[in-house]
Amino acid sequence: MAVPILQINCITKFFGGLKVLEDVSFDLMPGQRFGLIGPNGAGKTTVFNLLSGVYSVDSGSVILANQDITNLPIRKRIGLGLSRSFQNIRLMPHLSVLENVMMGQHCQANRITEMIKPIGWTKNNRWRQRALETIKDAGLEVDLNSTVSELPYGVRKKIEVVRALMSKPSVLMLDEPAAGLNPQETIELAGFLRGISDSNVTLLLVEHDMNFIHAICEKVVVLNFGLKIFEGTPKEVNRNKAVLEAYLGTSAMESSGVT
Amino acid sequence: MMGGYVEGIIAILCINLIFAYGIYLTAASGQLNLGGAGFQAIGAYVAGVCSNYFELPIVFSVLGGILGAGLIGFLISFPVLRTRGVYMVLATFAFALVISGIILNSEFLGGATGMVVPAYAPVEVLIFSTFIIILIVFWLMASRVGLAMRAVHDDDVVSEIMGVNVKGIQVFAFTLGGALAGLSGALYAHHYSFIEAQYFNAVLSIFVLLFVLIGGTQTAWGPLFGASFFTLVPEILRLGDTEWRYVIFGILIVLMMIFRPQGVVTRTFVHRASKIFYRTAER
Ligand SMILES: Nc1ncnc2c1ncn2[C@@H]1O[C@H](COP(=O)(O)OP(=O)(O)O)[C@@H](O)[C@H]1O
Ligand SMILES: [Mg+2]
Repeated sequence: MAVPILQINCITKFFGGLKVLEDVSFDLMPGQRFGLIGPNGAGKTTVFNLLSGVYSVDSGSVILANQDITNLPIRKRIGLGLSRSFQNIRLMPHLSVLENVMMGQHCQANRITEMIKPIGWTKNNRWRQRALETIKDAGLEVDLNSTVSELPYGVRKKIEVVRALMSKPSVLMLDEPAAGLNPQETIELAGFLRGISDSNVTLLLVEHDMNFIHAICEKVVVLNFGLKIFEGTPKEVNRNKAVLEAYLGTSAMESSGVT
Repeated sequence: MMGGYVEGIIAILCINLIFAYGIYLTAASGQLNLGGAGFQAIGAYVAGVCSNYFELPIVFSVLGGILGAGLIGFLISFPVLRTRGVYMVLATFAFALVISGIILNSEFLGGATGMVVPAYAPVEVLIFSTFIIILIVFWLMASRVGLAMRAVHDDDVVSEIMGVNVKGIQVFAFTLGGALAGLSGALYAHHYSFIEAQYFNAVLSIFVLLFVLIGGTQTAWGPLFGASFFTLVPEILRLGDTEWRYVIFGILIVLMMIFRPQGVVTRTFVHRASKIFYRTAER
């Protein structure tokens, strides 16, 4: 029996008096493509924030590759293989596209010599080469020297995915990566993510576009008001009564006669 | 030899440049240091004491000034970095006032009458030091440390998630920044051979922060422009009509703030300028 790469055990989170997550548990197996879905405000982004350490959990634990990271400092997590993107894009507005992407490699520059070597002066610097390769693989066509704040939403969204990949993560968490992309771009992104997963990266996706989830994910967890209400395959999720209720509301279902 | 007038301008330009780079390092990583004059004063007085009381050669007294200001920068970075925004500005400002107060009340440091610094550093030493410092800062800003500093400036939470030791970067910038301001003070002391607390006042702290913010904090070119502008333009205006020079200078500053709120020299500006430069160079 394979060991999960990421285990989320009974995590609970309060914001003030508001219970945003309650006893949520699920496991990710290595190389799995996992979807985390649910209505707005269900607590999906909060799960990402707890996993990356932005907020601390109130109870429960997070185990990454057999190591308890529940209370690990934020900056230590990316080096252990946990990488993420943000729902509301958080690129560094005054850095160029290339500089933003190269920030994703920061955790790999461990030695002091790597830290003080000029990375911007020589064209054939190996960090730069690898950044350029990943940018190309992702099909990101943009002037790498432009400042990110000048770029369209869809492009910035893609840059975030590329940046998250630069740390060579074992678990890649993307928060609504397809939001703001057109249908064609969404299909391309799905293909790209499947390719990443084939190279044994575990994917945890938050997404609203169900077609996207169906195209990529092998397994989904549904959150509603901070509770896990379903875990199973994307096919099963469409037939699940609790999930339909959560998305459509009970009254809508009654009037449409689904009950 | 250079004429006395030109030499005088070059000397103050060198001191201002090094001073500005000290404040720039903290600003580039997102912290505003309005205590510049305090660090410069520490550098000047440590160098003065080393030279006066211990009769050390200039190299060592200047080194003392750098280390002294750097050490104080390191120590006060911890309380200062607990504050943010306007509170950080006020905390660093208060620090400079405390330093000035200590000097004024110390008999050992000459109090309000000031201190003579016998060992003389000619302008060539200042030019050489400035050159080295500019090289070091450009190097640093081209490295991963520099990239991390600019990332912290833009978004400290995301930087931390990317694996950056945000606190470490900020302490480093504050310490090195303090050390550079200290160097500028030590060079001042040895070049003018006399220091007094009144020189290292609040207006000086405000001026150097203005050099840096108006020059731009996104690239190492910013302080080069800012410090040169603030040092040279008043001199150029002095050659013309004296009555209006402050008005013209003030209007120029206001115009720059209106049209270049991110600073005159931005990263995009440097990128476009270098493109044009290479294109004309190829012809
Ligand atoms: N920092 C915060 N402070 C207070 N409440 C928050 C905070 N972050 C999220 N919430 C609340 O937690 C709930 C879940 O939010 P979120 O995880 O962003 O939902 P989702 O990503 O599923 O749309 C919402 O009710 C939201 O208002
Ligand atoms: Mg969300």
